[in-house]
Amino acid sequence: MSKFSALGFDIGSTTAKIVAVDETGKIIWQYIENTEPKIEEQVENLLKKVKKEVGDTLNIPVVATGYGRNLVLQANRKVTEITCHAKGIFKAVGHGGTLVDIGGQDSKVIIISDKGKVVDFTMNDKCAAGTGRFLENTAERMKIPVENIGKLSIESPDEVNISSTCTVFAESEIISMLAHGEGIAPILKGLHRGLISRVVGMIRSVGLVPPLMLSGGVVKNDAIRKMLSESTKQTVIVPEYPQLMGAYGAALIALKE
Amino acid sequence: MSLISEIKYRLTVDVVGPSYLKWERRKMTKAIETFKPKNDYSAPPLKISAWTKELISKHYFRGRYVEGHEPVAWVTSGGPVEPLKALGYFVIYPENHAALSGARHAQLELMGEAEDAGYSRDICSYARTDIGAALSGKTPVGKLPKPDLLVACSNICQTVLYWYRVLEKHFNVPLVIIDTPFVYDEAPPHVIEYVQKQLENELIPTAERVAKKSFSEKKFKQVVQYSKEASELWLEVLNTGKNRPTPISIFDQFIHMAPIVEMRGDAITIDYYGAMLKELNERVKNGIGAINNEKKRLLWDNLPIWYKLRSFAEDLGKYGVTLPASTYTYAWGELAPMIDIDRGMESMARIYTYPILNRSTGHKLDTMRSMVKDFSMDGVILHSDRSCKPYSIGQMSQRSKLMDEFGVPALLLEADHNDPRAFSDEQAAQRMESFIEMLGVDDE
Repeated sequence: MSKFSALGFDIGSTTAKIVAVDETGKIIWQYIENTEPKIEEQVENLLKKVKKEVGDTLNIPVVATGYGRNLVLQANRKVTEITCHAKGIFKAVGHGGTLVDIGGQDSKVIIISDKGKVVDFTMNDKCAAGTGRFLENTAERMKIPVENIGKLSIESPDEVNISSTCTVFAESEIISMLAHGEGIAPILKGLHRGLISRVVGMIRSVGLVPPLMLSGGVVKNDAIRKMLSESTKQTVIVPEYPQLMGAYGAALIALKE
Repeated sequence: MSLISEIKYRLTVDVVGPSYLKWERRKMTKAIETFKPKNDYSAPPLKISAWTKELISKHYFRGRYVEGHEPVAWVTSGGPVEPLKALGYFVIYPENHAALSGARHAQLELMGEAEDAGYSRDICSYARTDIGAALSGKTPVGKLPKPDLLVACSNICQTVLYWYRVLEKHFNVPLVIIDTPFVYDEAPPHVIEYVQKQLENELIPTAERVAKKSFSEKKFKQVVQYSKEASELWLEVLNTGKNRPTPISIFDQFIHMAPIVEMRGDAITIDYYGAMLKELNERVKNGIGAINNEKKRLLWDNLPIWYKLRSFAEDLGKYGVTLPASTYTYAWGELAPMIDIDRGMESMARIYTYPILNRSTGHKLDTMRSMVKDFSMDGVILHSDRSCKPYSIGQMSQRSKLMDEFGVPALLLEADHNDPRAFSDEQAAQRMESFIEMLGVDDE
């Protein structure tokens, strides 16, 4: 029976993730829900849930990451997503390389050494166009469930070019395309292409070190993985829990405390 | 100008104002001596700060009353100030004024004035701040004197050529443009001759006519001597940063660089940097650092983010990260050895041609590499400055080369030196913290 030994929080802009690990660093419990505006209260409730479902949190080390990390008052330490993602993926897949993490409001590319250390990283600039929110916004605007947009894109033989690199402007561009009779699926395919081209630009800026790995909530969308693989001509490795790499890394850091 | 008015002016700027500012300085010195930092990582402030404040205040105080008493020139930073000082000009550096406005958080209102007049937000934020100040008359320093002469030198950027034409039109005064050809490797003799001829045939005759004075070689030589001594001292001040812990960080340098920019060529500037060097050497002797817990040392490239100076210093300081040097502050000292008193005008033509911004991106990379080595740096922060394209161009490849060829961790940080609207706090903090973790500060 493994022992509940450490807890990692990843309070992202879109979802809050928690991972509990045992003394060997194995994930024994995990939970994801949407991030709420009152993060302190949400963390309180999440801890109650941990107590109920995993065990007493007294003397359990906690590390928090993500944009909301400073609001996790119970955390022994706050660590950035870059460090946590690198730790998480390295343990999960057992090797270094280039990790692309596409989150709700930021995307990042992290170069990880064969010892699991961060060697270099880059993040999207002051714009959400290379992130999950970009796709989410558009899906909502087109009234298509976000879970379906990847499938529709893959199946579409046609593709239109979306020139806007800004989430807000892309939305107006899409409305105008719809008004001109463009089909939904080709537009979606173009949107995915737009996101991938920004991510590939980020990979280039730090220099790809194979193998290529992908994490973040957007991984649930098959088109992203497929297009990233096509654009980089690399096999894309996805960990078992792609959305949890930040929280997992945080839990692993907590375990070492 | 009547005799009474002249006496009144002299009394105000040479006696009353300075006496009050000296008293303020004494008060501030005492306050510094008993000052206890609010956190455990900040070292006590430099005592010289009181003198810095006095010097800057005195300069702008004089500026309030100078019109009609002394000729006034507005000059680009790194521009040919020595011939003007020799002719008795009171010199204002619009960039310095813009930086001061930024550090005092007064810049947004001034930029707004320029933007309302139709100047695009894509123009340099220094230019917008100063065009706004010129158009509206608003300034955090009380009053800026109107220029009698404008001097723009192309050795820092091309924007100044357009910016000063705006000022020329607004103030309706003569503008002298000194064209300094770009230096790819070394400047050939005809380039130096070309710049020297512009100084001798354009700048000096125009400045003489405006000031109604004749240029004196003797006075010029004296000014060049002062410039050389002050620049050498500034370089020595900066080189104290090679010590571990560094007694001074760039956050101090950015403030204390004002006299070397604004008062280069004045005798007082030599005394000031001499005193500063003494204080820093004392700190080195006693092992006092700019922060108390120095763990990692970083080089800064580009202009400061003026409106974030204090918060950046605090954010980095709490992790034990200090910034002992920057390519920017170094630019005001590194040319000092080039000044040759006996070849006055020719050597000044060389100085005006050789600033880092007028040299190739490869030269900047070399500068960064040697600074990383000389100052025992653990990494580099390259401020990608939206408002300073000449400084920021090439930073992507400079960063890659630093990382790949020399194994120096480097971070590109997007911001703007004076416009907070082009800066994203949370994202900058994310990058900086991630970079600090990457350097392994926590492992120490």
